[in-house]
Amino acid sequence: MTTTDAPVGRPRRRSPATWVRRGGLSSLVFALPLVLVFGLFAVLPIVRAVVMSFQRTNLVVTSWVGWENFQHVFADPLLPVAIRNTGWFALLALVFGYPVPLLAAVLMREVRRLRGLYSALAYLPVVVPPVVAVLLWKFFYDARPAGVFNTILGWVGIGPLPWLQSMTWAMPSLVLQATWAAAGGTVIIYLAALTGVPAELYDAAEVDGASIWRKIWHVTLPQLRGVLLITFILQIIGTAQVFLEPYLFTGGGPANATVSVLLLIYRYAFGNSLGGDYGEATALSLLLAVFLAVLSVVYFRLTRRWSTS
Amino acid sequence: MTTTAPVPPTPPVSAADVPPVALAGADGGRATRVRRPHRRDGAAPAPDRGLLSPGDWRRPGVRRGWTTMHVILLVLLVITCVGPILLLAKFAVTPTQDILRSPLALFPNGVAWGNLAEAWNDVQVSRYFLNTVWVAAGSWFVQVLVATTGGYVLSVLRPRYARALFAVVLATLFVPAVVLLVPLYLTVLDVPVLHVSLVNTFWGVWLPAGASAFNVVLVQRFFDSLPREVFEAARVDGAGPFRLFWSVVLPMSRPIIGVVSVFAVIASWKDFLWPMLVLRDPDMQPLSVRLPSLQGSTDMGVLMAALAISTIIPILLFLVFQRMFLRGAGLGGAVKG
Repeated sequence: MTTTDAPVGRPRRRSPATWVRRGGLSSLVFALPLVLVFGLFAVLPIVRAVVMSFQRTNLVVTSWVGWENFQHVFADPLLPVAIRNTGWFALLALVFGYPVPLLAAVLMREVRRLRGLYSALAYLPVVVPPVVAVLLWKFFYDARPAGVFNTILGWVGIGPLPWLQSMTWAMPSLVLQATWAAAGGTVIIYLAALTGVPAELYDAAEVDGASIWRKIWHVTLPQLRGVLLITFILQIIGTAQVFLEPYLFTGGGPANATVSVLLLIYRYAFGNSLGGDYGEATALSLLLAVFLAVLSVVYFRLTRRWSTS
Repeated sequence: MTTTAPVPPTPPVSAADVPPVALAGADGGRATRVRRPHRRDGAAPAPDRGLLSPGDWRRPGVRRGWTTMHVILLVLLVITCVGPILLLAKFAVTPTQDILRSPLALFPNGVAWGNLAEAWNDVQVSRYFLNTVWVAAGSWFVQVLVATTGGYVLSVLRPRYARALFAVVLATLFVPAVVLLVPLYLTVLDVPVLHVSLVNTFWGVWLPAGASAFNVVLVQRFFDSLPREVFEAARVDGAGPFRLFWSVVLPMSRPIIGVVSVFAVIASWKDFLWPMLVLRDPDMQPLSVRLPSLQGSTDMGVLMAALAISTIIPILLFLVFQRMFLRGAGLGGAVKG
């Protein structure tokens, strides 16, 4: 053990020997994995992101180019398209994915038997690896009349829909799958929050003669306010980074209708087999990072406030 | 599938063991906090009440209405959540022609068990499966190592630089990991100081996985909640920092290590973009990276079998550690409990 190996005889203040004896060395040994891993793979890349966005590099020669990368990024006609698509994805994801889990959770909270079964069923899609889910749904979205979804729609006399092949339907199709994959997690979050609503509040509301609807409106929803705001911000943070769905479902098509910001970053850096434009990619990454960091700070402050009050 | 069966007799993490942790972060979209411990996720009827009072339940109209809604909800959950997964299971053993021609018909031309064997052997899903396990195991180990030793330094040993260290770790929590894609890739391509390339090595996936501020903060908060007297007693008994860590702190923190482990394994099993960038050699790629490239070259039936095989382990893990999963998911809503 380190402490016993150290020479104990000379109690000089602040000498290396004292430092070792007081556990300075062993502290350092324990700190080493954290320092190395975070230093190399978190702090350094962050610093590098800032530096690189002002550079042009082909991995051999690197030169400073000032704001040029940013200018190129802003001049790219695909950027507004990507931002609009990502925003559209986020908006659709809110419309699809926000009210349904809340409704499901409020109902599930009142289930008296087998509530665990309900939670497990709702959470099951979250466990399916995203790549598997996307590839499976890609087949479901088969645009032929014999496609899975088109067959089902055929039973009720709708369709066939073109799904991923149409500029109009491609994005909603992506969002539908993403919502399927994520809604279970949101349900569980709401359920946890609903269990935390103090029973006394309901008791008090009943004493005042409140109906079920009034209890939902005046007790349940206000009590969930915090959680609703947080899932809202989390969802924005998540959807702003959407990559997997456009990449695997459509590759950004048809006609760039599903190019997201992160897909654009990916294309800058890795889309060209001749060597990526790492400078432009990091410049755009940085802009996205700033946007997300602001949201994260808002999120963190909110959770802080609610967890201390 | 019932909820009571898969719960292990002694759940690795008991809700009551997890101290209230209130933290949050945007670590790749994961964020967390531990609420006031509740044991509500089991199948047992909750002793307390929710929106509806016992009086409400006695009113026949209310009871009939809510019971109907619960039945409808259950049916919808089965159709929407389990349905696609069952379809995948069916496709995995259906001849390609039938999958394409009449996907919803129930085995019009018999069952093709051969899909599974063909996927496992001929398409080498077995190899990619092992790669996935290997990637997950390494990521798990690195994450647990960094989080526990780091948490130990920050919470128990507390050298003078601990505060600064913690500030740095916390700062990385606010930087969305996925946005660091390119600089991290260039770092892995040529690791500073060492000047080695981690591309096409598993280290390239394992080591960056360890840089999860979320894990460190989670573990550090847990260590903070452990009774200091135990540490003092161990020190008095002559335990040095290593012995204190190995024989006292680690055994006491099994619940939090369980949580970190489940997060680590599932995150690694799901990860796609990063392993795709780092593991270029198809022989090293995990399933998630390999499956999309199988699309074009493989029979639909065999592809579906491969998809099904990739899903089995996470679903089994979920069924076995259901409570831990659902609690972990519940951590996501980070508000006051």
